[in-house]
Amino acid sequence: MGSFFAENILGFPILSVLIFLPLAGAGVAMLLRGDKLLKGWTLGIMFVEALLSIPLWVNFDPNTALFQFGENHHWINALHINYALGIDGISLLLVLLTTFVMPLCILCSWKYIDKRVKEFVITMLIMETAMVGVFMALDLVLFYVFWEAMLIPMYLLIAVWGGDNKAYASVKFFLYTLAGSVLLLVAIIALYLSQGTFFIPELMGQSYSFAFQFWVFLAFALAFAIKVPMFPFHTWLPAAHVEAPTPGSVILASVLLKMGTYGFLRFCLPITPAAMFYLAPVFLWVSIISILYGGFVALGQKDMKKLIAYSSVGHMGFVTLGIFLINLEGIQGSIIQMVNHGITTGALFICVGILYERSHSRMISDNSAIGSFMPVYVAFLGLFSLSSLAFPGTNSFVGELYILIGAFKQDKVIAFLAIPGALLAATYMLRLLQKIIWDKSDGHAHHEEAHADEGGHANHFFDINIREFATLAFLSVFVVWIGLMPKPFVNKITTSVTNVIANATASSNAATTPQGLDGLWSELTGGSSHGDGHGSSDQPGDNTGHDAAPAHGNPTEGGH
Amino acid sequence: MNDIQTAYILIPLLLPLLTAVANLVFDKNENLRDSCSSIGAAATFLAVAYMVPHIINGGTYSLQMFELYEGINITLKVDGMSMLFALTSSFLWILATFYCVGYMRGLNEHAQTRFYVCYSATIFGAMGVAFSSTLLTLYLFYELVSIFTYPLVMHHQDDEAYDGSRKYITYLMFTSKVFLLPALVLTYVLTGTLDFAPDIVNGIFGTDPGPKWLIAAIYFMGFFGYAKAALMPLHNWLPSAMVAPTPVSALLHAVAVVKVGVFSVCRVMLYVFGIDLLERYGLGLISAYIASFTILVASMIALTKTNLKARLAYSTISQLAYIVLGVAMLTPNSITGGLIHIPNHAFSKITLFFCAGAIYVAHRKKEIAELDGIGYKMPYTMAAFGLASLSMIGAPPVAGFVSKWYLALGAMELSSIGLLVVLLVSSLLNAAYFLPIFIRAFFPKNKAAFAGGVAAIQREEASPFMVIPLCLTAVLSVLFGLYPDLWLKLIEVVK
Repeated sequence: MGSFFAENILGFPILSVLIFLPLAGAGVAMLLRGDKLLKGWTLGIMFVEALLSIPLWVNFDPNTALFQFGENHHWINALHINYALGIDGISLLLVLLTTFVMPLCILCSWKYIDKRVKEFVITMLIMETAMVGVFMALDLVLFYVFWEAMLIPMYLLIAVWGGDNKAYASVKFFLYTLAGSVLLLVAIIALYLSQGTFFIPELMGQSYSFAFQFWVFLAFALAFAIKVPMFPFHTWLPAAHVEAPTPGSVILASVLLKMGTYGFLRFCLPITPAAMFYLAPVFLWVSIISILYGGFVALGQKDMKKLIAYSSVGHMGFVTLGIFLINLEGIQGSIIQMVNHGITTGALFICVGILYERSHSRMISDNSAIGSFMPVYVAFLGLFSLSSLAFPGTNSFVGELYILIGAFKQDKVIAFLAIPGALLAATYMLRLLQKIIWDKSDGHAHHEEAHADEGGHANHFFDINIREFATLAFLSVFVVWIGLMPKPFVNKITTSVTNVIANATASSNAATTPQGLDGLWSELTGGSSHGDGHGSSDQPGDNTGHDAAPAHGNPTEGGH
Repeated sequence: MNDIQTAYILIPLLLPLLTAVANLVFDKNENLRDSCSSIGAAATFLAVAYMVPHIINGGTYSLQMFELYEGINITLKVDGMSMLFALTSSFLWILATFYCVGYMRGLNEHAQTRFYVCYSATIFGAMGVAFSSTLLTLYLFYELVSIFTYPLVMHHQDDEAYDGSRKYITYLMFTSKVFLLPALVLTYVLTGTLDFAPDIVNGIFGTDPGPKWLIAAIYFMGFFGYAKAALMPLHNWLPSAMVAPTPVSALLHAVAVVKVGVFSVCRVMLYVFGIDLLERYGLGLISAYIASFTILVASMIALTKTNLKARLAYSTISQLAYIVLGVAMLTPNSITGGLIHIPNHAFSKITLFFCAGAIYVAHRKKEIAELDGIGYKMPYTMAAFGLASLSMIGAPPVAGFVSKWYLALGAMELSSIGLLVVLLVSSLLNAAYFLPIFIRAFFPKNKAAFAGGVAAIQREEASPFMVIPLCLTAVLSVLFGLYPDLWLKLIEVVK
């Protein structure tokens, strides 16, 4: 198993440290008293966590596609479950995104969360453990444990600290995600029965029969599509975003939505490449629908959080578009865009939270015409809005550019259909910006009125303080940095992406071609293997692969 | 080619941005804030002018800045064509700054700091466009200009301003996202680079670029995508954007914004597609006809407008099309005529807008019908207006004549009677809508204005902050008509 890992040049199990530090922090937090102390302690832990993750970036070797900083220990021997961790170019940036966004979540909840602070910080710390774990786990069971562990803190975040309609939103979130998780579990078990291992690198690049791939892919893809979310599984997202407290929204937008797209890249593409290639056109179209649908619905929103939530549906549509193009530019673009969406949308939710703390309303109309009272805030809001509409020079433009290059190389129709999505983003973001800053009202008259009213209005809408400034300034650095100098980021991921595409293409070419629905169905039901005239060279028993598949390799090229 | 790699380019590029920051810092002290503007403008102009000798000798300056992807760079380069635009806009920025001070204070406008910040930042965008050396850089700065001018158009914050600015940003965002972005990506997919070609003949597509329809599609996405050039049918934002304060209309809609548009169109035609390819595919001629259509129709619409700024707006649309027409004819003389119209039109049109603003500040008059006898109250202003009108018409010896001369030569080289007729007819139309204003100002039909005799009419010029810049630009229009050498030399380098 060692061959899957590059040598850990740091000399200590850094990934385990990163996973368990927040958990240990949560343990200590149970013993602490006082809201300020608890938040301070949590912030400290998360800050240390972020600092500890920097060595990952510095020491990451961009020239190898092997898993780095790996750890592999036996955990439950009877079931061949290992405690296996490692990161490659696909997960590196997402781990860093998580560790850097979490302290900001504490910062933006400094005033916002004032009840059940102890429970809150413990929830947040456990959340961080689970999220970091998801991106690092190389064992399916371990992955599943972290995946499920994420669900409960997030549920609590919405259900305890959420808005008026929190019960509905949290249950909806829970049910949708749980439905996905169940399918995920099915896929995991199917893979185990086929290969006898949960170790992800070993499951990759095996030659499963096409029918087996097809079903496993579908189970994976549904679970991930709910998480992304792709149309039509998106309806939990706006509800959850609107009701979640600011830190909840930020975590949701920045990290949780990336779990789905990460899953596509980590599991679907390497483990079930033939099915991925076969079904990619469908998912491309669904991505296009997500992009356009998200954009159109965002246009009509009066609630800022809903607007940004629907914009997320559109933006994540671009990410899935890039993934299912299955070419270098597309996947590079989608990984970069995952990070960008995390930065930009997270920042936008923080911005909305800042306004909410002042006006206690999420409605655009209650927060309009604040330009003259909060100039610094408006400058940040402007920058993040521009980033969200993929303005050149900001981070999202880079991601969108890569994805569009990939799309135009692959399929010009799909690419042209994605373009209106970019236009819609510009429309709703500029509309939001215009309303928040200036508002539609009679200029000069309004101006005098505002002066008369200035006492009252200005009391509510005082400009951002140093804590809020630091949060937004930190994120805006990345907006411009990735926007102008994406090379260091892209360089880290390129080898892994090239490798995963090359492997997927090779093993997909080797796999049998689609055999029609009959073959697929018999695979699922374990019925007769003689339905498929096409795959005549297949040995008998091939299609009963869910219990015997590891026995045979590739069902021969000869027939094709 | 003598190319110098230097970070010096950053100085003229970033000075306007620094000026914007300084404007912001000195928010509270308006004298200090406004002197920052003028110092920044002057410094920018000097920094640009310093580069002229090397450029005229056929050299270039360049600076590699960021790499976004293989073959997608943000790179700056100063060549003859950049210089043409950069010199014009930085110089006019100086005059416009003084004019702004007179105008904004004369009307006691609100949110002046925001105004100045966006004004300076727009010049930053325009400089960036001038110095762009890749399609991506061009796109970046082009978009920056859109964003920074948005608050300027909205300045009055009344319903009219909101409607106008919404239309403005809708047109610009729509075209940039739906046309420019795919054109950019497709160009990259076909060629593997977004850098401009080193000369205007070959372009970057090479001899076998791909299906002809695709090249034509990319070309027209670029041709119409730079909607700031206001080619019909994507011209409608320009009249709506005239709700902005007049200094904005003057500098931005006579110089920076619209020139960013035509400059980009010309850049793309010459340095991305190249004369060879445009000729081979017959794209140049089609473009020339589209431009001719715009020239004629916009002029006719201008005839019907009774509001002074609206008439100027349509005149701008038609004049911009001259620039595109010149380049689209693809002959050496016509390209000269088109490119030289960038500075010539800038100097003359800014004079006209300055005059319109001065009339408004001094007399609160916007309609042409109200201008009876105004020449006696504002002799300097209206004299300048007359000179600038002559330039628009293309009468010797004012600047516009030089442009028309080369354009006509170009049309003859092509032996295209049609295009020649367009030039002649459009000149007549220009005369038909500009001269009545001038005549009305000095020879009013309504003699009531002279009830007390000409001598009794009080002179009521606007403040010298406004009158001096507009006289200067009028005089310069004449000078560039007599001595077009500077511009011709810069254009010689382009060819």
